[in-house]
Amino acid sequence: MAKITFITTNNEEITLEATTGSVMELAVQNNIKGIDGDCGGVCSCATCHVHVKEEDFEKVGAPSEIEADMLELEDEVSDYSRLCCQIKVSDAIDGVTLKVVEE
Amino acid sequence: MKEKICVIIGASHAGVNLAFSLRKEGWEGNIQLFDSDPVLPYHRPPLSKAYLTSDDPIESNALKAIESYKKENIDLHLGIKVTSINRDKKSITLSNDDEFLYDKLVIATGASPIIPPIPGIDTAKNLFALRTAEDVLNIKKAILNTSSKRAVVIGAGYIGLETAASLKKLGASVIILEREERILQRVTSPVMSDFFQDIHAKNDVDIFTSKNVIEIETNDKINTIKCSDGTSYTADLIIVGVGVRVNKQLAESIGIEIKNGITVSETTATNIEDIYAIGDCSFHFNPRYNRFIRLESVQNAVDQAKVCAAAISGKSPIYDSIPWFWSDQYDIKLQMVGLSEGYDDIIVRHEEGEGIKFSVWYFKGNELLAVDAVNNAKAYVIGTKFIKKSTIIDKTKLKDPKEALKPVNLLIK
Ligand SMILES: Cc1cc2nc3c(=O)[nH]c(=O)nc-3n(C[C@H](O)[C@H](O)[C@H](O)COP(=O)(O)OP(=O)(O)OC[C@H]3O[C@@H](n4cnc5c(N)ncnc54)[C@H](O)[C@@H]3O)c2cc1C
Repeated sequence: MAKITFITTNNEEITLEATTGSVMELAVQNNIKGIDGDCGGVCSCATCHVHVKEEDFEKVGAPSEIEADMLELEDEVSDYSRLCCQIKVSDAIDGVTLKVVEE
Repeated sequence: MKEKICVIIGASHAGVNLAFSLRKEGWEGNIQLFDSDPVLPYHRPPLSKAYLTSDDPIESNALKAIESYKKENIDLHLGIKVTSINRDKKSITLSNDDEFLYDKLVIATGASPIIPPIPGIDTAKNLFALRTAEDVLNIKKAILNTSSKRAVVIGAGYIGLETAASLKKLGASVIILEREERILQRVTSPVMSDFFQDIHAKNDVDIFTSKNVIEIETNDKINTIKCSDGTSYTADLIIVGVGVRVNKQLAESIGIEIKNGITVSETTATNIEDIYAIGDCSFHFNPRYNRFIRLESVQNAVDQAKVCAAAISGKSPIYDSIPWFWSDQYDIKLQMVGLSEGYDDIIVRHEEGEGIKFSVWYFKGNELLAVDAVNNAKAYVIGTKFIKKSTIIDKTKLKDPKEALKPVNLLIK
């Protein structure tokens, strides 16, 4: 099980728990503002962009090539950017904080 | 003042996004959202892709959680059909004879698969279109229940091709029959058609083109599909993917202008005051292209929903999005941006050294119209950026695989 904290664009902190699925699915199921997941989680739309808190980035890991390419020209891209449909919920990411990026 | 009511007909990509976008815009009125499908609204693209081959319940595909509708005070009515609109009274009637009044009405009724009038099609065994969660359940059941698992897909559009790839993964033997001379004829260039024809051949799916199906004969649960050239094919399971027809009846019955869909302006408004249409059912004006367009895509449904929500909330938004779309088949990820219609020059760029990774760039003169990117998200995002900014790019450099695919490398210096 993993506890994941989202910080929304209006600085609300929401902590959720999950055991399976993707972080995007968790966010959508819980109506986290700014995470849309329009393509259903296949890394095609970039509407689930988050900045991983710097100290948590190692836990979450770097994006795959296709994901990095999708992110590259996003306005708000940073060294800690991820598309959270590509982050699997697992024990390994317990306790991480993700800041929602809205276009 | 009495609370305003927005009634939305159709709770799929367009209707659901509209309801939530209205709240995002700060619209405080009452939202009534109807769909005849009893299933909690879900993503359609996975139906022919990952969802068809997985055992996940449909809920894992939901557009929004049921709690989210409650939280945003959206009244979701599922399994109920809207049967008529009364424009003078500003009301709708439901299949259970209930009536709802509206101040704003949004038609998001989408489209339904065409089942062509082929003799024998009504009595064929295990014949399905693919549009709904129920279709997928039926297809999965049919696959499980036949031992020889011979599938024939009629129609080689994206849905047909994706379904073929998924059925293959499920252990079926698959044949695709296409009436036109090439697959994807209506939607893409010959380069892409050839590429996909080849990919399917490599995955042991036979595609036959110029095949006009004229009859289906069914004996003892086994279908024989007969074509006009005298050939015939045996199928335990038939998928019909020959395109869709707009669900326009409600709009038509009250005198809304219909052309290749429900005609709407760049603000998604129909010719009748307080009535809007969005998503697959809309034939919409896009000022970027200076013409009316009908699209079948999630991007179009979601972006029009946002524009419509802003319009209903009293703002003056404009729908001028650049269309984008994707398709997943086997290990091929296709991403498309722009509209290639009218191109007079094409550049195919293969990236060096890697497996299948290329992009097709469509130009009209110097103007970049569209990009099809295969396993190449970089080409897709760069193409998107260039099209958005109307950037003129150096075609010679684009053609040269030694020039790394980066915006700066492709600019005219
Ligand atoms: C198998 C498949 C794969 C796809 N793949 C992709 C893809 O990869 N990428 C992409 O961008 N797009 C894809 N699409 C297209 C995309 O799903 C559609 O563009 C999108 O669903 C359009 O949304 P919509 O809300 O406009 O219409 P629809 O999804 O058609 O929804 C309309 C809804 O209205 C309801 N309705 C109609 N009439 C009434 C009535 N009288 N009363 C009550 N309810 C009514 C219907 O039940 C339906 O739920 C795919 C579609 C399918 C079917």
